[in-house]
Amino acid sequence: MGETAAPDSVADVRKALAVVGYLADESASLVSYLAQQLGKPVLVEGPAGVGKTELAKALSRATGRELIRLQCYEGLDEAKALYEWNYRKQLLRIQAGSQQMPATSSAPRPGAAGSGADEVAPDDSGSWTEVQEDIFGEEFLLTRPLLRAISTPTPVVLLIDEIDKTDQEFEAMLLEVLSDFQISIPELGVIEARTRPIVVLTSNNSRELTEALKRRCLYLWLDYPEVEREMEIVRLHSPELDEKLTRRLVEVVHMIRALDVKKPPSIAESIDWARALLLLGADDIDRDVFDKTMSIIVKHRSDLELVAERVGVKLDAEGKLDLGRAGPR
Amino acid sequence: MSTEASEPDQLAALPPGLAARLIAFCEELRAEGLSVGTSEILDAFEALEAVPWTEPADFRETMAATLAKSQEDRRIFELLFDRYFFRAAEAEALRQGISEQRHDGMGQIDLDELREAVRQAIADGRDGEMRDLARLAIEAFGRRGEGSGVIGVDVQRIRRTLGLQTQGRAQTEDEVLTLDRESLNQFERHLRRELERDLIERTERMPPSRPLADLDRALPTSPSQDLAAVHRAVAQLKRRLATLGHEQRGRRRSSVVDVRRTMRASLETGGVPLRLKHRPRRPRRPEIYVLCDVSTSVTSASMFFLSVLHALHDSFRKLRSFVFIERISEVTDVFSDERDFRAISSKISSEGGVADVSGYTDYGRVWLEFLSEISEDLDPRSTVIVLGDARTNGREPHAAAFAQVSRRAGRTFWLNPEPKLYWNYGDSVMSAYEPHCDGAFECWTTRHLETFVNVIAGGVVPAE
Repeated sequence: MGETAAPDSVADVRKALAVVGYLADESASLVSYLAQQLGKPVLVEGPAGVGKTELAKALSRATGRELIRLQCYEGLDEAKALYEWNYRKQLLRIQAGSQQMPATSSAPRPGAAGSGADEVAPDDSGSWTEVQEDIFGEEFLLTRPLLRAISTPTPVVLLIDEIDKTDQEFEAMLLEVLSDFQISIPELGVIEARTRPIVVLTSNNSRELTEALKRRCLYLWLDYPEVEREMEIVRLHSPELDEKLTRRLVEVVHMIRALDVKKPPSIAESIDWARALLLLGADDIDRDVFDKTMSIIVKHRSDLELVAERVGVKLDAEGKLDLGRAGPR
Repeated sequence: MSTEASEPDQLAALPPGLAARLIAFCEELRAEGLSVGTSEILDAFEALEAVPWTEPADFRETMAATLAKSQEDRRIFELLFDRYFFRAAEAEALRQGISEQRHDGMGQIDLDELREAVRQAIADGRDGEMRDLARLAIEAFGRRGEGSGVIGVDVQRIRRTLGLQTQGRAQTEDEVLTLDRESLNQFERHLRRELERDLIERTERMPPSRPLADLDRALPTSPSQDLAAVHRAVAQLKRRLATLGHEQRGRRRSSVVDVRRTMRASLETGGVPLRLKHRPRRPRRPEIYVLCDVSTSVTSASMFFLSVLHALHDSFRKLRSFVFIERISEVTDVFSDERDFRAISSKISSEGGVADVSGYTDYGRVWLEFLSEISEDLDPRSTVIVLGDARTNGREPHAAAFAQVSRRAGRTFWLNPEPKLYWNYGDSVMSAYEPHCDGAFECWTTRHLETFVNVIAGGVVPAE
């Protein structure tokens, strides 16, 4: 895949994202455009399942860049995120070195038995610096996602997923990467980015991120899409579904989101539901179909009850209304 | 660190005056508590070079993406953005002596026709039309001489005369034109704006700029307000509570070394290097006792408090809730049986059995009852949270009983829906209870609530 040049306008970004199957709204495409123009990281917040991670993936597809993903979790540290010294290999190297060493340096040892320790030292220090330089070379460096994103010769999209799951110390560590696109490794010096990655950070807003991190990012709040846009999204993924049915489906999903449920259905779940309806060959969402397939979009026992009660009743009423309107057939 | 500096030639690319305007706008944002640093402003300028500033939607989004870094900030941003650029445009119009064309030629406007047109426009959500119609409506009212000169009053009057109602209150159910709240609000905003514009044109001067009223940001407390608004405020809290205690589990300096795991892990390397393995910290899962005042003096707040209770129930397994007015009554079961908030609040008012005779709060009696009936279950791990205004209606506060409760419990917190200013004023006996609490918080905005959540999550009490 060849890397496409920086986009010229917001509309271009929108189009490029649509081509790869992501229907971005006004602000999402604008912020993606700005991210590419200014080379600034984007902080995406919003409820679960509105396509925050998908945005990063779509950006990677649209720009033809490789996606490097760093999934955050509690206790994630720099050894997992930045780099780590491959100490097993380092040990091997040292052992391999010391096996060779006796052959050359064991000769003077027996002669100077009395003050051996002192005399060996100067001789050893030469090889010591050698070994040290050797084992702290790039060969022994295990690159983790952040370092990889920075050191690759081809530009990439770096996705730092669920940043709110980590602790504040980790956020602070990210600052250097996010603002200067460089990583300092004490033994090696500063590694600077050869190309500027597009950085997308996602957060479910489970805790307030630090000001310092926010300051370095463009902010994008993604929310559940409007009925029209969600219809487009569903139709994009299952185009065989009848348009009227799609509208009905999306309207029901919106109805459920408006209720106070523990886990509101995400866009992915609307798509799953659409697929299920296709498989079942349903041509309308009535009470019966809804009850059977509800578990695809509602995944909490208490939610199931609430939704069955509220939405089910509405579907019943509408069914009657429809019949009444259509008259005897 | 941003390396780009706002050099004059960079600003010259923008139309004259815009840079100054934007900085003034940023100043206003700062005044409202958004943390807009110089680096944000530089970002905004840099971004505006990449985006045509002539596209209103793009311009707004660009500014928002670079300046407003949370949802709450975004809300304030929207309010200020509208107000600032409206005022800026009006001030400019005033300076240049431009005024809007009057619809004098139109003669008498038929009120019924207008009503129908407005309803249609609102139902279809056509923004431009709404604005024009708002102007027409104001004209019509001006002619009938009903304008009061106070914008808020006029908006309500016009709305009433046009017979605009939301879905909830519409009397005729099957009417095609039940209006949804959002579009109606939009129309109201237009009305408000046009009235403001009229006022500016009439008086030929700008009304003084006021900071956003605290009211705009305060918790939706009045019972007549939409419950959904309360729930939106709590939704955020819910998310935080769901992950409560988790973020504390990361690496901590004071963690305990797990010798066994350290040994095992060190076998891999033969002891060099030795990696210390720590015992994972178990999150603190407090047992929470919540006592909520549901009397009339806190009606406005209790609706909100009940929904907080509701949210808390979803997030803590060990939570017992009580409501009280004159007596105390446990409602834990009501919450665990019912999912729907409306059902809960009606059930509480019908079955709670908390009002005895007068319906006035009796804090003293509540403490005595709580002490004798429930306090035996309290232990040092339990947290007691009281939601109430500490207004005893002149009855004995029995602070000693409360002190005993708080001694038994590990921690005691008091959330007061009144601003600190009103504490101990009138029949409020906050000062009698406050010394026995680990913390007493005023709680009338979401921010207050968040501070509090941080505290029960194990955070530190912030110095105010």
